[in-house]
Amino acid sequence: MTTTDISPAAQPAGTTPGSGLGTIQEPAISALTKFRQRYMAQYIAIAPFYILFAIFGLFPIIFALYLAFQNWDGIAPMEYVGLAQFEYLLTDRLFYDSVLNTLIIWVLSTVPMLAFALVLAFMLNQSIRGKSLYRIGFFIPNVTSIVAIAIVFGSLFGNQFGLINALLRSIGADQIGWLTSDWGIKLTVAAMVIWRWTGYNAIIYLAGLQAIPDDLYDAAKVDGADTWRLFRDITIPLLRPVILFTVITSTIGGLQIFTEPQVLFGDSSGGPGSAGQTMVLYLYDQAFVQNQFGYGAAVGWGIFVVVLAFSIINWRVLNRPAD
Amino acid sequence: MHRLTPGKVVFHVVLLLGVLISLFPFYWLLVMATGTETDIYAYPPRLIPGGHLIDNINTVRDAVNLPLAFLNTVIVAVLTTALTLFFSSLAGFTFARFRFPGRNVLFVLLLLTMALPSQLGTIPSFVIMSELQWVGTLQALIVPGVAGAFGIFWMRQFALGAIPQDLVDAGRVDGCNYWQLYTNVALPLLRPALAFLGIFTFITTWNDYFWPLIVLVNPDVMTLQVALSQLQGVYETDYAAVMAGTLISTLPLIVIFILGARHFIGNIAAGALKA
Repeated sequence: MTTTDISPAAQPAGTTPGSGLGTIQEPAISALTKFRQRYMAQYIAIAPFYILFAIFGLFPIIFALYLAFQNWDGIAPMEYVGLAQFEYLLTDRLFYDSVLNTLIIWVLSTVPMLAFALVLAFMLNQSIRGKSLYRIGFFIPNVTSIVAIAIVFGSLFGNQFGLINALLRSIGADQIGWLTSDWGIKLTVAAMVIWRWTGYNAIIYLAGLQAIPDDLYDAAKVDGADTWRLFRDITIPLLRPVILFTVITSTIGGLQIFTEPQVLFGDSSGGPGSAGQTMVLYLYDQAFVQNQFGYGAAVGWGIFVVVLAFSIINWRVLNRPAD
Repeated sequence: MHRLTPGKVVFHVVLLLGVLISLFPFYWLLVMATGTETDIYAYPPRLIPGGHLIDNINTVRDAVNLPLAFLNTVIVAVLTTALTLFFSSLAGFTFARFRFPGRNVLFVLLLLTMALPSQLGTIPSFVIMSELQWVGTLQALIVPGVAGAFGIFWMRQFALGAIPQDLVDAGRVDGCNYWQLYTNVALPLLRPALAFLGIFTFITTWNDYFWPLIVLVNPDVMTLQVALSQLQGVYETDYAAVMAGTLISTLPLIVIFILGARHFIGNIAAGALKA
């Protein structure tokens, strides 16, 4: 495959035999000019990404490392404190609690979400009517803002006047302190994540399923396999790479949960008992509510390590060869 | 193919139940946004929409400047989308169809940046914005993301399949300059990819909350999501009014999504599986 150079084919430079100093300079200049003529437009075309990334992507990360060694409220001069912020981070109960909360919410949301998505995708992959309408219906939650979702779910799961508790009461069950008890809060946040992302993951799985040849299913049906066997022995193994992808994205997204608990309780506390205090919410609280920029930066690195560790674990667990 | 077997009836029942769960919160939002505050605290709860939407919208307008927040959100979403489409298609086309020294290294670098954690740079980004005196302004939301790695990656992948090298070469022979190749050859062929990236960017920007919450410190300059969360936080606010505000800030996006669903749903999966 050939690719295009933007200037006319290069003329060999300095074709006249060298005569004196002047001609030694000339080829050098024309080579530079030629280089610019040929490649300048390409470099300009791709430059905006690298410039913006340098300013708003790379520099902040380097600066975040520097900040984590400072004590700074954002106004007064910075004070170098060495590793003190990291030492504090390692003994900070609140940070560990936020890690634990995040992990619990992540498990409570990711496992049912991906299971539902897989089942929905498997059903959508059969030759049934209304497939595109179903896909739109399942996908709509994903384009809704988390702020709006948190407001509506905050009402649905309200302790006194919420619809869910009204339903529970009407069938004679005990109402649940969705927004006041530890598990209630975690389940409410997980419910929002499940509601918003199940359809998205189902669409991804569906695309993966459509790549599996029908012959395989047909052959298995001839051998007398029922739907469950088709699902377990063909769908799941062949979908493995796609499942790996969704687990990794759900991990990265799930460990960064912020908006749901922040809007649900209207502050950075994570609700009663801080049961909804996630890692990123804790970062926000330390940096932008308590104005501890230095410690906030250290919390940011702590989050980075947790996310990295979980991504590696995911990869290891899911990427080992099938037995 | 579409024979209705008992197994398929079960599938339809399960799928319909799923759609019902997907859509119910919107119905409930409508019920609450059109009722009175008393309805919201009633037991048994009122289950059908009422006629108080206009009253509730008026109450919201007294509490926050929702029209201004709406306008701000439209400005941010439209500008971010337009600039993203321009920079992504230009760079994606260039990576796909032009050879230049360092191309492969630069592209790998671009891919690697997608793995960097975004929250890590939040505090420094805020500091940069205050140095630029951009805190509390809309450009703080627009500028950082308009040449994102994902969009360029997406455009390059699409361009490799959609823009034949021969066509670019032929354009060159006919004397097209770089800009003409981009506008006359690349852009028409990239249309499906532009449609997807445009809808995706618009929706993401419209819904963005974490960064706007941090950087929009000025109550006179808010986006819808920030304004909504403020409404929710105020205890005296009429709950039915909060719901009305939520409804009118959610609807435009749903409409855009349904109109663009054809371009969108298939591509989001294709993009994910390619990545």
